[in-house]
Amino acid sequence: MTRFGIGQAVRRVEDQRFLTGTGSFVSDMSLPRQCYGVAVLSPHAHANIKRIDVSAAEASPGVLCVLTGTDAKADSIGGIPPHFMPEAWGGPKGFATLRPVLLADRVRCLGERVAFVVAETEAQARDAAELVEVDYEPLDTVVDVEDAIDPSAVKIWSDNPNGNIGVTIAFGDKAATDAAFSRAKHVVKLRVRNNRITACAIEPRAALGAYDPASDSYTLYTTSQDPHGVRSKLASAIFNIAETKIRVVSPDVGGGFGMKANLYPDDVLVLWASKRCGRPVKWTATRAESLLCDTHARDQVVHGELALDENGKILGIRAKACQALGAYWWAAMTAPLFFSLMLIPSVYDVQAVDLSTSAVFTNTAPTSVYRGAGRPEAIYFVERMLDHAAYVTGIDRVELRRRNLIKPDALPYHTPTHQNYDSGDFERMMDKCLELADWNGFEARKAASKRNGKLRGRAVTPYIEMAGVFNERMELRFDPSGMVSIIAGTHSHGQGHATAFAQLVSEWLGVPFDSIRYIQGDTEKVAIGRGTFAARSSMVGGSALRFAADAIIAKAKPMAGALMETSVDDIEFRDGRFTVIGTDRSIPLTTVAKAFFAPAGPVLKFGLGLDAAGSYSGAPGGAPNYPNGCQVCEVEVDPDTGLVTIDRFAAVDDLGRIINPMICEGQIQGGIAQGLGQALIENIAYDPSGQLLTGSFMDYGMPRADDLPDIASSLEEIPAKTNPLGIKGIGESGTIGAPPTIVNAVLDALRPLGVEEIDMPLTPLRVWQVIQEAKTSAAA
Amino acid sequence: MPRVSLTVNGKAVEAEVEGRTLLINLLRDQLGLTGTHIGCDTSQCGACTVHIDGVSVKSCSVLAASCEGRSVTTIEGLAKDGKLHPMQEAFREHHGLQCGFCTPGMVMAALDLVRHNPQPTRREIREHLEGNLCRCTGYQNIVTSIEAGAEAMR
Repeated sequence: MTRFGIGQAVRRVEDQRFLTGTGSFVSDMSLPRQCYGVAVLSPHAHANIKRIDVSAAEASPGVLCVLTGTDAKADSIGGIPPHFMPEAWGGPKGFATLRPVLLADRVRCLGERVAFVVAETEAQARDAAELVEVDYEPLDTVVDVEDAIDPSAVKIWSDNPNGNIGVTIAFGDKAATDAAFSRAKHVVKLRVRNNRITACAIEPRAALGAYDPASDSYTLYTTSQDPHGVRSKLASAIFNIAETKIRVVSPDVGGGFGMKANLYPDDVLVLWASKRCGRPVKWTATRAESLLCDTHARDQVVHGELALDENGKILGIRAKACQALGAYWWAAMTAPLFFSLMLIPSVYDVQAVDLSTSAVFTNTAPTSVYRGAGRPEAIYFVERMLDHAAYVTGIDRVELRRRNLIKPDALPYHTPTHQNYDSGDFERMMDKCLELADWNGFEARKAASKRNGKLRGRAVTPYIEMAGVFNERMELRFDPSGMVSIIAGTHSHGQGHATAFAQLVSEWLGVPFDSIRYIQGDTEKVAIGRGTFAARSSMVGGSALRFAADAIIAKAKPMAGALMETSVDDIEFRDGRFTVIGTDRSIPLTTVAKAFFAPAGPVLKFGLGLDAAGSYSGAPGGAPNYPNGCQVCEVEVDPDTGLVTIDRFAAVDDLGRIINPMICEGQIQGGIAQGLGQALIENIAYDPSGQLLTGSFMDYGMPRADDLPDIASSLEEIPAKTNPLGIKGIGESGTIGAPPTIVNAVLDALRPLGVEEIDMPLTPLRVWQVIQEAKTSAAA
Repeated sequence: MPRVSLTVNGKAVEAEVEGRTLLINLLRDQLGLTGTHIGCDTSQCGACTVHIDGVSVKSCSVLAASCEGRSVTTIEGLAKDGKLHPMQEAFREHHGLQCGFCTPGMVMAALDLVRHNPQPTRREIREHLEGNLCRCTGYQNIVTSIEAGAEAMR
C-alpha cells in the first residue's frame, strides 16, 4: 500500500481552491455582456391563469425582454418530462406529466414560473418582475398526501383516470403474507409518517446560459450533479436539437444531495432568453426561491403491520404506503417509490411480504430524490415497527433484532423484493455498534439523567441500502509530458473524487499522485457520464476506472517491449514499471507514455497518444452493492420543555473496500447530520391552501454545529462480491439510519410516560405536546 | 451614486455604489472577490462572513456605503504568497470541508473565535458556529479543524 494509494487518508487536492476562495461556483462566473434573469412565480398553489400583462415590466428601466408561457409555446420550447417512469423498472404504467418551463394556462403549485424577466442588472430584473400583472382564478387545493389520495379530493390532473394517484407499485405475495399473519402470535400495527423535507444545499441553484448565433449552439453553466443528463434533456425534450449543439458545464457545485440531479425550468429559461436577447443570461435562486422551487423529498405515510411468532421471529410484513409526487411527476421521483418498498425487509430474514405504495399528486412542489431516495423511508418504517413490536410484545429490542438478522451463512440471500445480498455480517455490525455506544452502560446514565430531572432513551438501528445504479465511463489520458488525466463521467460536488480516484490511479498505474490531473463536469471534455447520486461513484466510477487502467497497461506493454527490445511475453507491469521478468531491467510507465508522442522513429506503429476508456454497469444492467451497518443513539429529553439532546451517537458501516477513510467518515458524519435534521428540526410545511409556511431559514430549521455530539464511527470492510473493487457506497448511510435511531430513542425515553407514537420532526413543541397528551390520557 | 473608499485585503479601493448595495455585492460583483458566498436571504447561513476591522460580520447585512474608511478582510486575504494561513491548513488537514461553499465563512468565523478565545473547547466552537450553516460535513471535522487551527496559531 503506497502513501497515496487505496486505503490512505490522503488530504484532498480540491481543498486548495475552496480554502482560498478561488473555487468556480456558477454564481461566481460571469460572461461578457451578461444580463440577469428573474422568474415571476405563482403566488397560488392551484389556479387558472386568465391574463398576463407584461407591458409595465417591459417598459421598466433596464429590461431587455419578458418571456411568458405563450412565448414558450410560440418558440416550441418543450416541457420537461420525468427521468423515467415505473414501466422502465418493470412496474405498472404511471401517469406521466410534462412540466412547462413557463405556465400559460394553469398553475398547480406555488413557485410555478409564469414569466421570466431579463434586465441589465439583477435589481432591475427584480423590480420589473414585480410589475408583471397576472390575473389568477384560484382553484381549490389539496396539499396533504392522505387527503389527495381520496377519490373525492380536488383533482390536479383532469385527464388522470385514477384521481390523484399516479401509480400503485407492489412487491410480495399477498396470499403467503395473509397465511403468515394468520398463524402469528403477535400482530403489531403502526402508522408512520416520513415528513417532507428538502436538500437545502448551502449553494442555491444557479444557471448561466449563452446562445452563440455563429454556431447556432448553446452553452449552459449550471449547478447540476449530472451535466450530461441535463444536455440530453435539453436536446431531446426542450429544444429538439442535436446534443452536439449544446455544451453543459457543471463547475464547482456547492452540494447536491439529489436535488441538483435534474434539469430545472431555470436552466431552460436562461438559454432560451439568451437566444431571444442576444446576450448571456444569468440566474441565481434566492434561498426563498430554493425552498419554494427545489425538488422536495420524502412526504410519505405508511400503515404497517408486523406478524411475529411467540419467539419474536418475523413471519410477515404488510405495508400500505402513499407518497406525494407534488404537482408533477418529475425528475427521478420514480426511484424512491421503488426503493421505499424494496428495502423494507432490510437485514432481516423474512420472505412473506405484502407491500404497496401509491404515488399521489398534490398541489405542492414536485418531489424527487434526496440522499437515500426511498431507502430512508423503508428503513424508518421497518425500524419503527420493530421497536413498537418490542414494546408491545415485551421482547428486548436488541434481542428481537438479533433473532431476525440474516446470518452470514444464509448469504447470498434473496429477499422477497428481488434484492440479492451478497456479503455482510449484520450481527457483527450491530454488536460492534452496541459496544461503541456503550449500550450496557445505559442504566447508570439513565439514573443520572433522572437525578437531573431528565428522561433518557436509546435505540439501535441495523440498516442496509442498495447503491451503485446505472453504468458509467471513465477515461485515462496521457499527455506528451507523461502526465495522466482522469476524465470522469461522475460528478464530485463535495465527495472528494479528484482525490479518491487519483488514489486509485496512483496505486494501479504507479504514477506520482501529484502528477494526476482530474477533469469532470463538462460535456465538451467528458464524452459521456451519468453524474453522481445514490452512492454510485466509488463503485461504478471506480470499476470503470479499473478497466481503463487495465487497458492503458495493455496498450503500453507492446511499446515497453519495443523500447526495451524484449518480447511482451517477457514483461510484467508492477509498481508503475514494466520489468523484464527475472531481471532488474525496467522502464517506468511515464517514459513509455511519452514514447507514444514521438513524431518520428520506429515506435510510430503503436499509434499517436496513449489513452483508454473503461465502462462498468451497476444496477439494473449489472449488480448493485449493499452498504450496511448499524447506528445507536442515546438521547436526553427535558420533559418540561420537550428539548431533545443527542448525548451520544455511534455508527458502524460496512464499506466493502475503503478508498479514503477520511472521506468516508466525512460522508457518514454529514449524512447523520441531515438525518438528525429530519428527525428533530426540519420540515416543509404548507398550509391547506398550498402556501409555504417554511419559506426561509427563519422557519425551515437547519441542523447547526451545537445540535450534534461527536459521532463515534467505525469503518468495516467486508468486500462486496459483485464488483471488481469490492466497494460498497458510503454516501447515504447517515440519512437512512439516523432518523429511526433518533426517533426510537426518544420514544424509548417517553414510553414510561405513556407515549406510544410520535412523528418527525421531534421539535420541542411536538415532544412537549405528546407528553401532555399522554398525561391527559393517563388522567382520564 | 455614493462613492465609498475602503481597504480590502490590504489594498485601497474606491467604488461607486448605490445606497442599497450590500457589502457582499460590492465584494463579489464589483471587486471580483467571489470567495465570499451568498447562501440565504435572512442572514443565517454565514457563508458571507468577512472581517471588518478584524471583527467578523455577515457581509449580507452590511451596506457597502457604511464601510467608508474601514478595512475589510475576505477569505482571499488570508493566504500570504501562496502559503495557507494556519487555520486554512488545519481545515485541509482535518477534512473540514467537502463542497467548499460554506468554507470561506467558516474560516472567517473561526478566526474571529480564536481572536477572543485562543483555546476554545469543542463545545465553545460548536456554539460559536451557530451563525454558520454547513450541509455536507455534519460539522464534526470543522470543529476538529478549528481546534487544530487555534492550536497552530498559539
